[in-house]
Amino acid sequence: MLAPERIWWKPLHRYEKSWLIVAFVFCVFLTVMMPLWYFTGRQNVPVETYRVTPEQFMQLTEDFTKKYQVSDINGAPVVAPPPNSDVFMVGRRWQWYPIVQLQKGQVYRLHLSSLDLQHGFSLQPNNLNLQVLPGYDYVATIVPTQAGEYSVICNEFCQIGHHLMTGRIIVTE
Amino acid sequence: MTAVTMPQTLGKANFRTCPVTALKVDVAAERLIIANAVAAVVFLAIGGLGALLISLTRWQAIHLLPADWFYRLVTAHGFDMLVAWIVFFEIAGLYFGSTILLNARQVLPKVAWFAFALMAAGAVLTNVIVLMGLADVMFTAYVPLKAHPLFYLGIILFAVGALVAVILFFGNLVTAKREGRYTGSMPLMTYGLMTAAILAVYTLISGALAYVPAFLWSLGLIPEVDPGIYRNLFWSFGHPAQQINLAAMVSVWYALAAMTVGATPLNEKFSRLAFVLYILFINLGSAHHLLTDPGPSFAWKATNTSYAMYLAVLGSLIHAFSIPGAIEVAQRRKGFTRGAFEWLRKGPWREPGFSSLVLSMVLFGWVGGVTGVVIGTEQINMLAHNTLRIPGHFHATVVSGTTLAFMGLTYYLIPLIFRREVKLKKWASWQPYVFGIGMLLVSIGMIGAGLQGAPRRHWDITFTNSPLAASLPGATQITLAIMGVGAVIAIVGGIMYVSVVLISILTGKRTEPSRLTLVMAQANPLVEDAIPNQNKEVHGKLTPRGTIILTFSFLGFLMAYYLFNWWLLGRAWFIR
Repeated sequence: MLAPERIWWKPLHRYEKSWLIVAFVFCVFLTVMMPLWYFTGRQNVPVETYRVTPEQFMQLTEDFTKKYQVSDINGAPVVAPPPNSDVFMVGRRWQWYPIVQLQKGQVYRLHLSSLDLQHGFSLQPNNLNLQVLPGYDYVATIVPTQAGEYSVICNEFCQIGHHLMTGRIIVTE
Repeated sequence: MTAVTMPQTLGKANFRTCPVTALKVDVAAERLIIANAVAAVVFLAIGGLGALLISLTRWQAIHLLPADWFYRLVTAHGFDMLVAWIVFFEIAGLYFGSTILLNARQVLPKVAWFAFALMAAGAVLTNVIVLMGLADVMFTAYVPLKAHPLFYLGIILFAVGALVAVILFFGNLVTAKREGRYTGSMPLMTYGLMTAAILAVYTLISGALAYVPAFLWSLGLIPEVDPGIYRNLFWSFGHPAQQINLAAMVSVWYALAAMTVGATPLNEKFSRLAFVLYILFINLGSAHHLLTDPGPSFAWKATNTSYAMYLAVLGSLIHAFSIPGAIEVAQRRKGFTRGAFEWLRKGPWREPGFSSLVLSMVLFGWVGGVTGVVIGTEQINMLAHNTLRIPGHFHATVVSGTTLAFMGLTYYLIPLIFRREVKLKKWASWQPYVFGIGMLLVSIGMIGAGLQGAPRRHWDITFTNSPLAASLPGATQITLAIMGVGAVIAIVGGIMYVSVVLISILTGKRTEPSRLTLVMAQANPLVEDAIPNQNKEVHGKLTPRGTIILTFSFLGFLMAYYLFNWWLLGRAWFIR
């Protein structure tokens, strides 16, 4: 705590040296894990992004909903797109729209964007979370691996109704 | 006694000599330290009240506040704790490290008071605007969420004041060197504080780049602010701001180790290397908040989130060895050489500076550090982003770590700087344990809830009134209750701390300190223990064997939690 002598450049103790080496190797391991998973893992953060205005994105979502709607729950449309197609889900105060019905094991391109504030796409109980921004079309290529009803909740604060904001993804066998 | 306390004139400043440490104390610097430290404690108390109310709301069985006040107080709590409390305390620390520790004077004390006034005005303004309900935007204020212009102005004023204080810190260092106030090299604590100050400069500049456009936009002077770019700029402020805390906290760790057991750095080169790694790499960690954002590529995210190659983590791992190592060697020098851990068992556990140091290091490292490395991994972040795992992590770092260390240091500032007798010493002895255990439960509760998907900043995870029902696993309720119980315990610890500080400085006897420690019988470990007795040096007995066992167990624990999270991720839907 008090001033040391001017020359403090001294060789490391044996323990210090070995700890430094072990710690550094550990850091290299942590670094390597990310590219390794990027090339071999099946869960990676989506990268594909486009600029989009809220109006354009709403139009795309409406067209998509009209084209593939199969039923509704409490007035909210349920949309069942075919595999390998583009799926649109919009976040707005305070709803994820529309409800989407997918098939287990099939590939979909899920487009996410917001009409107003920032929102947090949070798929539960699977617990996958993505940030959704107005002006950005974020495309996640997904494969639902289990059938069932999944909730989509919002985990980015979006004013007073934030905790009411929900949506749903239904996965059929 | 009277002879040594008489102010002496040295250069332009008024000095007194501290009877315990023999350091020369510039009276102007001392007053500034007192003002900043008191402001810090006041905002800690306000933020702590907020903490109690919001945690009792998230504890679903109690669910105390209505939604609007919940979000309002989360906003105020974030600002008061992460900005006001910590930065005021750090400014006090910067003045302390750059004047008293160096026997040096405070340059331009009037400008320093101006900086203090700016910070105080900014903090009060922001609090008033938030509590009036004009800025329910959270601490992050993500555009296009719009607050009242005075909200941004308050933060900008605070930041400008802090920047002025940081510049004065550098002025103090240069003046001390030029006037030859100390011999040898800069003390390690000052070196660490300098690291914090360097980080603070670019942090505050990034803060200006984020807040000034947002301020102009809220006034209607510019049409829009891009939400993605705002996030990047905001986190170039918000995350490094926590790294300032980290560097300041590590400096305080070294200081507490010296003050309580007379520990001296094992190897100055080793410890300073770690600080240099912070300066060079740690600001890349801003990317931790953008890992699941649309826009940046994998390469950008992976490079930044890993601090180039986890080199800032390497810095922390160095401290994780060198501080306990220094304590161990100091204790072994006293004769506690049996087995690997006698030095630890026989530590001065009733001395609040020692217990807060140990608890702060353990909770910061084993809870905060481990979770930080894991959730900062690019792909794993998809499981954690915006869930309660994030506040679970930073309550372990900033609260259990930084705040607890700062609390421990405060007890020693009361006799040395405020020159008041410490009242309620028993409370001071117990306080680190109460606060530490409470915060451990808070962090574990939050992390447990977050692992099950519970979102942060959320009023009602039962979604009772949602048009479309949603639900989280039932065990979330249990983990949130653990968080709530922990919060109540930690608040008790916080009240104990604020009581000891306020009662001591308001009613404590005005007295010159006669020794450094509070509870221990020893007069001054800085002098008595720190100088190794050459005759007693027995090689082998003095090597930090216990520390190496502790650090390797830490690495094992980190590895286990890290791999567990990859396994969790592997069970999720395929996503690309």
